[in-house]
Amino acid sequence: MTDGISPVELAISSAGLTKRFRSGQVAVNAIDLAVPTGSVYGFLGPNGSGKTTTIRLLLGLIRPTAGSHALLGEPMPARAARVLPRVGALVEGPAFHPYLTGLANLRRLDAADRTVDPGTARSRIDAALDRVGLLAAAGKRYRHYSLGMRQRLAIAAALLRPRDLLILDEPTNGLDPQGTREVRALLGALAATGTTVVLSTHLLSEVEQICTHVGVMHLGRLVAQDTLVNLRARTAPRAQVRTAAPEKAATVLRELGLAEVETAADSATGLLGDVAPEKIVAALVHADVPVRGFAVLSADLEEMFVQLTGEGFDVSG
Amino acid sequence: MSVAELPAPPADRASRFSTRFFRSELVLIFGRRRNWVGGLILASVPVLIAIAVKVDPPSTAGGPTFFDQITNNGIFVALSALTLEIPLFLPIAVASISGDAVAGEANLGTLRYLLAVPVDRSRLLAVKLLAIAVFALVATLLVAMVGALLGLALFGGGPVVTLSGTTLPFWSGVARLLLVVVYLSVCLTAMGAVGLFVSTLTEQPIAATIATLILTLGSEIMDAIPQLAVIHRYLPTHYWLAFGDLLRDPISFDRILPGLASAAIYLALFGTAAWARFGGRDISS
Repeated sequence: MTDGISPVELAISSAGLTKRFRSGQVAVNAIDLAVPTGSVYGFLGPNGSGKTTTIRLLLGLIRPTAGSHALLGEPMPARAARVLPRVGALVEGPAFHPYLTGLANLRRLDAADRTVDPGTARSRIDAALDRVGLLAAAGKRYRHYSLGMRQRLAIAAALLRPRDLLILDEPTNGLDPQGTREVRALLGALAATGTTVVLSTHLLSEVEQICTHVGVMHLGRLVAQDTLVNLRARTAPRAQVRTAAPEKAATVLRELGLAEVETAADSATGLLGDVAPEKIVAALVHADVPVRGFAVLSADLEEMFVQLTGEGFDVSG
Repeated sequence: MSVAELPAPPADRASRFSTRFFRSELVLIFGRRRNWVGGLILASVPVLIAIAVKVDPPSTAGGPTFFDQITNNGIFVALSALTLEIPLFLPIAVASISGDAVAGEANLGTLRYLLAVPVDRSRLLAVKLLAIAVFALVATLLVAMVGALLGLALFGGGPVVTLSGTTLPFWSGVARLLLVVVYLSVCLTAMGAVGLFVSTLTEQPIAATIATLILTLGSEIMDAIPQLAVIHRYLPTHYWLAFGDLLRDPISFDRILPGLASAAIYLALFGTAAWARFGGRDISS
């Protein structure tokens, strides 16, 4: 990289990465990704915003129209043979041979990897299946797997060997709540061992729970990229009082200096600013406002998201 | 999963030669039920011939090539079966494997995961082509073996009368049959290379298979039109039936050698075309 990005500290870096399809559509428009090593990077964006195309570019499945990128400090695609074995990926959903068992499918992928020790194949495959809770269904044909099991198998494929970087495109798609939690815990455990995880998703709750960094795509552009903490700070927290007397509560909030005070049928809210929340509760009680509940609503990621992408969630050209 | 447990750096192992992926490809082909059914159909032809001739032996010479010899020597069931299967059944088998080679993986989406492993694209094509060659050999050998074994069981063996009228000892005859199998496998593999190329053009394996078959049958049809004699020797199927020359005494190479050269040229041409097409293609399946 020539633009001063330190390749050592970034698991993924790109400069002006662009993909224009033959149709003329610019799916990815000059994006400069910077995924720090060791981070859990939430890659957000409405459907059709260019996330999957970006992932395909990163893995060298499609060629960029312009720009360059590096994985784990190695320029791609020149060093693909060297760096891709260290990268586990889930791209646009699971894909396996339907008439092979889950085990046989993983065996085939492992056989394709020239850089692993064949002698450890069985133990590594079993360990990967075990990590995603599929060991019991390993002998079942893939065609009989449920969507959630297919998703798990794809994650197992990404974990066939220790990876330094995981690029996962909607890994919890199709999983039941229990499975979603398991995958989240699994990713947390992997991140704790130093694996960098890139998580493409549109589940904001997922991002809020496990991501340290966030990149937001919109119409092929990377419209925001920062730590989750910094992004949250962009939206100011609001104090919310649930009460039977919203007008009375609103008056108290205004007196305390909260801005943008609004009332609803059973609540009053205002921008917290630098007013201490406990001071508000005390003032409300002092003013005899019947408080049913009080909360500080921290930056709403969804709202931030809508601000950045300027539209509702699942639209986009 | 500490750093200490990580395997040796990939670069140290990458140069190592491994047949694992190739073997996995063979498991994929020969483990597939669809291909077993195909094998049964291929094997049913020599069975049909053997039973038909046993029930109603041809009284006079004539009928399809080698038929009149069957009652004298069971090994001719194999040659009769190959003669009948080489225009259509064997090409169908090879076209379905070669058409599926890349398009099938693209269709399932497994192609993107293989390339992300990573499997080098040239290596992928080389492994696919090699597997097609093995399949062509196995398919041809299957027809020959079933024919020879059943023929020998029903009609007995003994010295083999060549097309030149001379007589060869039994085992020399078997060796000639194996030469025929090898020659036809090479011809079919060349067609498989065409199929592999077509397979890189589409994500629909059936379309690739049908296109390959159309090219093969088109070649056979053009080969049958005398007015097109000028181009006959450039047609991929033109020298296929020359395998009969391997049963002359001595073997006539007048058409066998051009046949092998033609196969080699088609292999090189379409192997390269597949490589050129696939090497830089965007994988969006």
